[in-house]
Amino acid sequence: MLSKRLIACLDVRNGCVVKGIQFEGLRNAGDPAALARRYNVEGIDELVILDVTATLESRQALADTIRAVSRELFIPLAVGGGIRAPEDAEAAIEAGADKVSVNSAALTDPSLITRLAGRYGSQAVVVAIDAKRRDGTFAVFSRSGSTAAGRQAVEWAREAEARGAGEILLTSMDRDGTRAGFDCELTAAVSTAVSIPVIASGGAGTFEHFLDVFTTGRADAALAASVFHYSEHAVSELKAFLAERSIPVRRTA
Amino acid sequence: MIALIDYGAGNLTSVRKGFAAAGADVVTPSSPTDLASVTGIVVPGVGHFASTRALDGPWRQAILDALDRGAFLFGICLGQQWLFEGSDEEPDLAGLGVLRGRCRRLPPTLKVPHVGWNALVMRRPSRLLAGVPPGTQAYFTHSYAADVTDDTVAVTTHAAPFASVVERAQVFGVQFHPEKSGEAGVQMIRNFVAVCSPNA
Repeated sequence: MLSKRLIACLDVRNGCVVKGIQFEGLRNAGDPAALARRYNVEGIDELVILDVTATLESRQALADTIRAVSRELFIPLAVGGGIRAPEDAEAAIEAGADKVSVNSAALTDPSLITRLAGRYGSQAVVVAIDAKRRDGTFAVFSRSGSTAAGRQAVEWAREAEARGAGEILLTSMDRDGTRAGFDCELTAAVSTAVSIPVIASGGAGTFEHFLDVFTTGRADAALAASVFHYSEHAVSELKAFLAERSIPVRRTA
Repeated sequence: MIALIDYGAGNLTSVRKGFAAAGADVVTPSSPTDLASVTGIVVPGVGHFASTRALDGPWRQAILDALDRGAFLFGICLGQQWLFEGSDEEPDLAGLGVLRGRCRRLPPTLKVPHVGWNALVMRRPSRLLAGVPPGTQAYFTHSYAADVTDDTVAVTTHAAPFASVVERAQVFGVQFHPEKSGEAGVQMIRNFVAVCSPNA
């Protein structure tokens, strides 16, 4: 049976992880490669590196980060943040990313999805959707959530799939950073509307939240950052918790 | 020497890194004649079966010639599908045909594409899976897969069972991405490299 994936997100700026990390034994807690190694040992299923600044300087550091992380990590690696043009995707993929995540640029020019899928295959193209509840709907926002895109999450996810997206990374802006749980209603609405996998993001705070999003939320994967930093064994403990509750997960030795 | 064929179906950076981690250098031949002296050939690939059209003609012949003189062949993902007679994804295009059977679309009762980690259920001992623990999961991303036949050494199920690892004489194939399947995947690459080693 296909496992539900747990994905760790590393927010990086100028080559350093910016969120608080408390792993013992890491010489440089902000070193993405050291953190990635740690997650790999713990049994994380996939990594996302998100360039939170996406400035020119940061972009150069990003390529070095991707190279360092992918050199010794043999699980899928996605890269997002500031992928605006095919050249940005090319730089990330040449450096070792398996997937690129596009958000604002795809809203501005949806044909970007098709061009990237044509070049690298759909499996390499993740469309990130930032959605917020508004007047009883799930409205899509662009530019790090600052601008209403004038689209609905379900319709946009369907269009992204039709244009060649391989996965949807769906973030609830209402829940992001709250640790109040994923927005299961949003996630289920999108996940049942498309055939491609949906990665739920935003709101992870407890192990129960993951159980909820994999059951009620119909998510194929769940992404989190800070919750995996709580303890050194958060990933393996979470997998044991889910397995005991009949959620299929990948167990590593 | 192991050749990694770049026929334009996806980026090969990760596959190269996987072989590097297994301690092998791979070359990317620019012409089919470069296959004359290799001991192993890797056919990777992602995407649509139509991409394998680039392998028709001289590449196909050079790969068959290499098999004739004892070289080993390893198909990964789309590369494994190409080892069979053909695929419903592009019905008029023949595969290499070194394995009997066809590739079909996975049933729509679960989400397709099949993306993520799923278990390999081993059917019999295999050189490619030596040292890989039973129940190991591997990373898949595909919509089509090959029939289970006598050449299938591991089966995976997503709505229906399909051949996730195949092995017949000098021919090996995996439907998943060993270069993205953790330590077990690297072990499989290491096993292929060992098989190709002249002193093995």
